[in-house]
This record gives sequence, structure tokens and C-alpha cells, in this order.
Amino acid sequence: MFDGSLNGKLTASGELRWGRHLTFRPDKLGVAIALLAVYGALSPFATMRANRIVRGESLGMLSALPTWAGWLLAFTVLGAASVALSRSPAVARFLAAALALAMLIVCVGLSGTFLAPADNAYARISPASGFWLLLFTFSLLATDSITRMRPSPVLRLVYLATAVGLVYLTLVSGIWDGLSVMKEYSARADVFWTEASRHLALALGSLFAAMLAGLPLGVLCERVPALRAGVLNTLNLIQTIPSIALFGILIGPLGWVAVNVPGASAIGIRGIGMAPAFVALFLYSLLPVVANTVAGLNGVPGATREAARGIGMTSAQRLFRVELPLALPVILTGIRIVLVQNIGLATIAALIGGGGFGTFVFQGLGQTATDLVLLGALPTVALAFVSAVILDALIEMNRTVAVNKRAA
Amino acid sequence: MSKGIPHVLRAGLLALLLAFLLTPQTFEPLLKPLVQANAPAIYNQGSLLSLTIQHLTIVLVATLAATIVAVSLAILVSRPIGAEFLPLSRSLVNIGQTFPPVAVLALAVPVLGFGEKPTLVALFLYGLLPIFENTLTGLTTLPPAVMEAARGTGMTGLQRLLKIEVPLAMPVILAGIRLSVVISLATATIGSTVAAKTLGEVIIAGLQTNNLAFVLQGGLIVGALAMLIYDGLSAVEQRLSTRA
Repeated sequence: MFDGSLNGKLTASGELRWGRHLTFRPDKLGVAIALLAVYGALSPFATMRANRIVRGESLGMLSALPTWAGWLLAFTVLGAASVALSRSPAVARFLAAALALAMLIVCVGLSGTFLAPADNAYARISPASGFWLLLFTFSLLATDSITRMRPSPVLRLVYLATAVGLVYLTLVSGIWDGLSVMKEYSARADVFWTEASRHLALALGSLFAAMLAGLPLGVLCERVPALRAGVLNTLNLIQTIPSIALFGILIGPLGWVAVNVPGASAIGIRGIGMAPAFVALFLYSLLPVVANTVAGLNGVPGATREAARGIGMTSAQRLFRVELPLALPVILTGIRIVLVQNIGLATIAALIGGGGFGTFVFQGLGQTATDLVLLGALPTVALAFVSAVILDALIEMNRTVAVNKRAA
Repeated sequence: MSKGIPHVLRAGLLALLLAFLLTPQTFEPLLKPLVQANAPAIYNQGSLLSLTIQHLTIVLVATLAATIVAVSLAILVSRPIGAEFLPLSRSLVNIGQTFPPVAVLALAVPVLGFGEKPTLVALFLYGLLPIFENTLTGLTTLPPAVMEAARGTGMTGLQRLLKIEVPLAMPVILAGIRLSVVISLATATIGSTVAAKTLGEVIIAGLQTNNLAFVLQGGLIVGALAMLIYDGLSAVEQRLSTRA
């Protein structure tokens, strides 16, 4: 156990010596957390600007919030930092982190309504470095305490669902409406959801296409060793071509297909737009799917295969009932890599008119409007994070199932 | 697989790349069919060679910085004094890899402005993860018998680290650096969307003027660089692991 409440007797010998000289032994990570928290609390909490592109004025925690809220936030931050500093149990550390995060999220919204005069539609309030630093610090504390509690995969999914639910409630409740990012959102709410669905269609669609093609190809490669090196090397080569170039290179061939193949343009194949982005993501996705299918099947113990053959299973039965289920955790690991990678790469589709959250990122970069960049970047990061947690939990569940099966 | 053929291919690829970078005009007839009648077939808004050198410099600087930081951090958390940070570092590596490079790049711009700096920062942060992960794996999965023997001969902690642990973990560390370099080479092209001088400039110019030849040459130069560097580092790794 990595529990913070461990006493000196049980820790490594190096620490015991260190502990003898000190009566108060702070948690080492807690020291880092506390330093970051103090620095974050003293840094600017919010930025106020006359309109969306001019440089702004930075305000500290106490001047960016109503007096009571400013002090409440300051005390919460310091309190949570001192819980982190002492060798407190993981649950207490988690609750302290959660409380600090909740306060931060509510207070940043409050500063939006507090700083912007109600009749001024141009003024922009955005979170400043202090807010981001505190958010990072307490997310770190939350991550550490969750890691120390070692939750089961199911429990991790419950935590994730709770967090997503809370973020959703915050967004719907309107407490963030005074913030600049939300103003950028409300100015283009329709477009946002169109781009969101395109982003998902690109990332998930190309993943499914890659699974449809990659799983059989992986099985084939495992059966026919002569094919394996050639296929894997080709897929490796594709990975070295930078994404913006691959997207661009595909514009030509797909444009040709759209013009010359009857019916192709009717189903949405064009030289620019989503089609080349989809094909590029599909090509990048193939390597992890195929390589992990091969690796997973290779990892099935010879004795297990022999036993399956011994009880008279046909080769198809062996594949679907024995080998693929045992290879599943490794295959899922490949799918996790693909999904997270595709969600990130889909932002680049915007450069060739393929849509997705990248549209806001690149528009924002072009207009030097940071809040517009955030409108594209934050959902992308959130989406990638949520899919990684879900797939990690699935992988772990399948691994325990596979181990139990093997033991049985 | 026989070793002779890849050697020939590698040398051929290197020769082709150098020929293209030094005398791009000789390849014009090859790329001409890809562009409209009056459009240039070879990038003409700057020297391909100097862009390539700038591209490689950015990747080199970012990777060096990432290697120094990642290896030191991994050494720290694998010692008894940093053991408390070990579970957290594993989670952080896992979470960090979910951050898309474009998001890192775009979020660095408001802080650092346009140009090389946000690209360097994005490449540095993105390069940290594979190196840290591999160094940690290498240092924490050494055979216990070897560690016991080293301790038995009376080596100090520092001696064990420098003479036993790091040399034994070196192939795995190098594999992490190799992965990081290949990712950085491709990601650096995106840096040109925020005005960094990289080969991405060629590709973006091609996308903007609908010039397939530009897109192709930019993409293929980066691809060739990635292949050659990947291959070169793999060779170094193999030599190290056979010696170890």
C-alpha cells in the first residue's frame, strides 16, 4: 500500500533515517502541491479585457471576486494544501482536492459575472494563469489520491461518470455564462454542435473502419508469417508521413474518384472536406489495430491452443472462442491508442475543410482569439481523456476475465 | 530477414533525400504533372535545405531537453527518496498522452506568441512521455539477481545507478527516445500553422494554393527523415543490446 498513513517502521530504510531527525514528516508530494497552490493563489486569477482581442488587465483572487468569495476561495485552497501536506489518508486528500476543484470552478464563473458590467456585451473575462495552475495542482492531488486508493475499473467508471455529470451541470446551470469561452460558444452554438458531431464521426468512424479491416488483416498476418513483415512495414511507413501532408496528398486521388467513379460523389466523397481526413485517419489507425491483433494472438499459450484442438474444436471455433477472447486485452490496448490518437488528429482535418473542433482552434489562432482556441481545444482534450479512462477500465476488466479463464 | 537489402535501401533513400535537398530543380520534371500549367512544381518561397535544417534543429533541441528532464525524473522516482511519486508519475504519463499535440501547440501560443517557441514547448512536452515511460520501465524491471549482486559487491547507490542500472536500461531508454523523435518530426510540421520555420511551411503553402507537388515534397522529406533517423537509432540500440 502506498497509503499516506504508513508510519516510519514500514517505509524503506532510507526514509526511516530521514524520519528520525524530523518530528513532523510532511508528505513529499504534499510539499510540491502546497508550493504550487501558494504560487497559484498569488498569481492572477482572471483577466479582464475591453473586447475579445485586446490585451487585458490581470486581477488577483481577491480583486477578481466579491470579497466573501475571494476569502472563501483563498481559505479553501490553503486548507486543501495543508491536508495534502500532512500524511492524511487518501480519502481525506481526495475530498480536499474535490472541494478545492469545485470551489475553483464555481468561483471562476462568479468572477465572470462580478467583473463584467451587465450592460457591456464586449467586455471579456477569462481565467488567468493562477486559475489554471490551481486547477492543475488540485487535479494532481485528486489523481494521486485516486491512484493511492486503487479503485476497481467499475469504480473508476463511476468516478468518471460523476465528474462528467458535474461538468454538465456546471455548463447547464449558467454559472460560467459570464466567461469569455462561453460567450464564444453562445455566439456559435449551432456550429459548435455540427463540428462536434463531425469530430466524433471522423474519430469514431475511422476507428470502426480500421477495426473492420484491421482485425481480419491481423488474424491473416498471424496465420501467414510470410505476409506479416510486409504488411507491418508498409503500415509503419504510413505512420512516418506527417498528418497534414497525408491529408493533403489524399485530396488528389479522392478528387479523381469523385469525378470518375459513378455514385462516389453522391455518397459524399470529395477531394476536400471529410473524405480525405477520414481516409487518412483510417490509414493511421491500421497499424495499432493490426500489430496488436498479431501480438495478442501470438501471446495465446501453445498449451491452450493444443487443448482446444484436443477437445475437437474446429479452427474457426478455436479462433472465436479461445484465441480472440484471450487476445482481447491486447487488441483493446491497440484500440485505445487509435481512439485517443484519432481524437487528437481529427483537429487537423480543419486545415483541409474537414471540420471538427480544429475549426475553432485554427480560427482562433488566425484571429489571435485565445478563447476561441479554448472552445476547440478543451472539448478535444476532454473527449480524449474520457475515452482513455473508459478504454483503460475495459482493458483491465477483460484482463481479469482472461486471467480467471486461464486459471480455471 | 537478410540484412543486406535494408542497407542498400537505406543508403539509396539517404542519397535520394540529399540529392533532392541539394538540387531540387533536377526533380522538377517528375513533379510537374502534379500541378497546373503555370504553377511551380518545386517549393519557391525559401530553400528546402534550410527549412530541413531548421526543422531538424527544432526537433533536436526539443528532444534533448525532453531526454534530460525525462531521464532525470525517471531516475528520481525510481530511487527510494522519490518512491512516493512513482504511482502518480505513472498516472500522469497515462493522462499526458491523451493531450492532442495541436491542443498543446494552440494553448502555448497565447503564452509564448507565434513562432518557434510554442512549437518547441509542444514538442518538449509531447516528447517527455515516451522517454519517461521507457526509462521508468527500464529502471524498474532490472533482474533482481543483478541488483542483488551489485549490492553484494559493496557498490554505492550512485555507482549501481551509473555502472549497472543505466547501462542495462539503455536499450529501452533509447527506444523511448526513438519513438519521441519520430513523433516530434511529424508534429513539428504542425508548428508551421503558428509560423514556426519547419517543413510544414511547404505543406501548408501547398494546401493553400492547391499545389499537390508542394504537399507531396514536404510530406515525403519529413517521411524520409523519420525513416532514416528511426533506422539509425534502431541500429545504435541493437549494437548496445548485443554488447550489454
